[in-house]
Amino acid sequence: MSTAERGKVRVEKGRYRLDGKFHYGYPNDPIWNEDGKLMGVTNPRDVTHVHMYGGEAPFFEGLGKGKLLGTCCDNPDCEADGSIFIPFRIHCPDCLGKNTIVDMTDTARKGATVHTFMTTERTGAFNTLPKPIRFVNVEFEGVPTILMGYLSVGKPEIGMKVVPIFNTASPTYTILDLSWVPDGTNESEIPEGFTF
Amino acid sequence: MIKFSDKQLKIPQMQRPVFLVTGGMSKFGRAVPEKRTEELVIDAFVEAAEFIDKSSAELKEYIHSCYYGHFADHFGDQLLGEALIHDRLGLDPLGNVGIKTGGATGGSTLWEAFKAVASGYSDCVLAMGWERMDEVPTDEGNNYIASAADKDWETPLGHIYTGYYAVMAQKYWQVFGKEEESFRRTMAEIAVKNRGYARMNPHAQGPMKITVEDVMNSPVVAYPLRALDCCLMSVGAACAILCDEKTAYELTDNPLMIHVAAGSHTLRVADRRNMEIPLLPNESPDQYKDLGDRFPGGDRYPGFTGFLAARMAAYYCYRMAGVVDPTEDLDLVELHDAFTISDIQTYEDIGIRPYGEGRTYVESGDCYHTNPHTGKPGKLPSNLCGGLLGCMHAVGATGIMQTVEIGQHIWGRWAEMHEDQSKWDRFGRTKPADWTNLQVEGANRGLAISHAGVGSHVTATILVHPDHQLERN
Repeated sequence: MSTAERGKVRVEKGRYRLDGKFHYGYPNDPIWNEDGKLMGVTNPRDVTHVHMYGGEAPFFEGLGKGKLLGTCCDNPDCEADGSIFIPFRIHCPDCLGKNTIVDMTDTARKGATVHTFMTTERTGAFNTLPKPIRFVNVEFEGVPTILMGYLSVGKPEIGMKVVPIFNTASPTYTILDLSWVPDGTNESEIPEGFTF
Repeated sequence: MIKFSDKQLKIPQMQRPVFLVTGGMSKFGRAVPEKRTEELVIDAFVEAAEFIDKSSAELKEYIHSCYYGHFADHFGDQLLGEALIHDRLGLDPLGNVGIKTGGATGGSTLWEAFKAVASGYSDCVLAMGWERMDEVPTDEGNNYIASAADKDWETPLGHIYTGYYAVMAQKYWQVFGKEEESFRRTMAEIAVKNRGYARMNPHAQGPMKITVEDVMNSPVVAYPLRALDCCLMSVGAACAILCDEKTAYELTDNPLMIHVAAGSHTLRVADRRNMEIPLLPNESPDQYKDLGDRFPGGDRYPGFTGFLAARMAAYYCYRMAGVVDPTEDLDLVELHDAFTISDIQTYEDIGIRPYGEGRTYVESGDCYHTNPHTGKPGKLPSNLCGGLLGCMHAVGATGIMQTVEIGQHIWGRWAEMHEDQSKWDRFGRTKPADWTNLQVEGANRGLAISHAGVGSHVTATILVHPDHQLERN
């Protein structure tokens, strides 16, 4: 299935409008053993899923605009009152009230450190990140949660100060639009399409 | 800070005791192209029936409801595979349900089966688990496993679940392992031990006679984890039959009491907030006050170094079974050694050792069948089947396989089920010339831990010989 044929979706008046191909089947092949005995068949196909972000949409749209958004519980009757959640949580996990969106970009630029990390050459199918992958789990001052992302420049270490960079040139509207680099990294070192 | 209410911390009180009557398992392998899943499931069921000298048809007459553990429909490319298996087992018109809790699916299946008997709904139930992980290439399998992480926030990051776990391993390695060479060797020792025990198990897919150096020289997956620190990807099935007391003694003269409890924690490690450590019966409130001083960075609980779900499963289950100190009160354990380092973390979560001191369980020799330092029986042998490192991780079957293995020790029938040359021949495996009987002599109580991924679900299953019950605390 070519990229041009691949299914596209719009939402109009609360309904999905689908154009193009969302699934494509191929002829199957038999599987034989070395003695010429039939063992099974392959089942090839391509499928495009449709997935809605719902209340998290502002987060993923914000990344493409260079914004790191979190949320905050501001229910005075809740034990979590004042807690900031990043990863972005639509509802407070304690009172289940609707959280308020807060812009965490400046906080991330001023005080983000690597809580832990890992580096690997191994990936699963469909990976698009360059190898080796460097995961960093980033903690922010005053935030009880720790965000997972990937480092684009340098070698990760626990305690390292990092700053966010954003894929603002051609956003994918996924978590991959957010990356991290060591504090002090020059603009010339960051991946193409990303900005501070 | 997270707090839990008294109602949430209530110790489960079952309506009646529940017994494990029998269990069975298939051959486990990375690939089993010669058999369909239902053939493996039937292999497990037939072994369970034969274990108590019943025909399959006779055993089926007792079963009243069925609980099926199957983690990933994607792998088998068959939604509602549970219905297909139920049909092939010829168990219509009995009620049945599928259970999936990631790596803990096997344990969770026992949990549901246990509650069905304890409540009085059924007098005899089947808990059957399986997984078929050989019908996609390994990298696509890794993508499917990674799909059990948060699909928007985690899966796109490499599509590799090992990576989501490895960040936790890295933190534990630096904080509690202090990046010491000796700690790295202790991790490797677990891989050597478990893969070595797998050599004595005809069902096991990954037996290896290796050294600490072999593990430490194996390819890096995500440092400090190397290839031989990581568990297997498997195909196979395991089952257990649970009954009330009356039915249990109709089927066998030697059933075992079973207790199962479960805990959970956030799917994303990222969401974990600080809390006080829930204490097990062998711990004191002041015990961890200086944890952050002794292990800088270790004062955040559970953070990235502890598994709250494992702690809570043990919290409930120890009190249900009367266990105070697992090392003293239990005779053997089967732990979820998905990675060598998570095995060490689990020693602490379930109270075999205090937080920060998990490594000493290995270094003391307590975890061995025969303590290598003293030549005497290990105090609390672990993973004598080979564990997930050496035996298998056919996800939906794993927690059930662990429990059946413990049962065979308590029944004193471990050698019978592992030594028979015909079984080695049937599985196409070569019995080692130095095959050793790993039966734990005098075993009366054992524990199995079934664990999902970075710790979203964990179950604890305790088997007790009825003549050796502990007083509930």
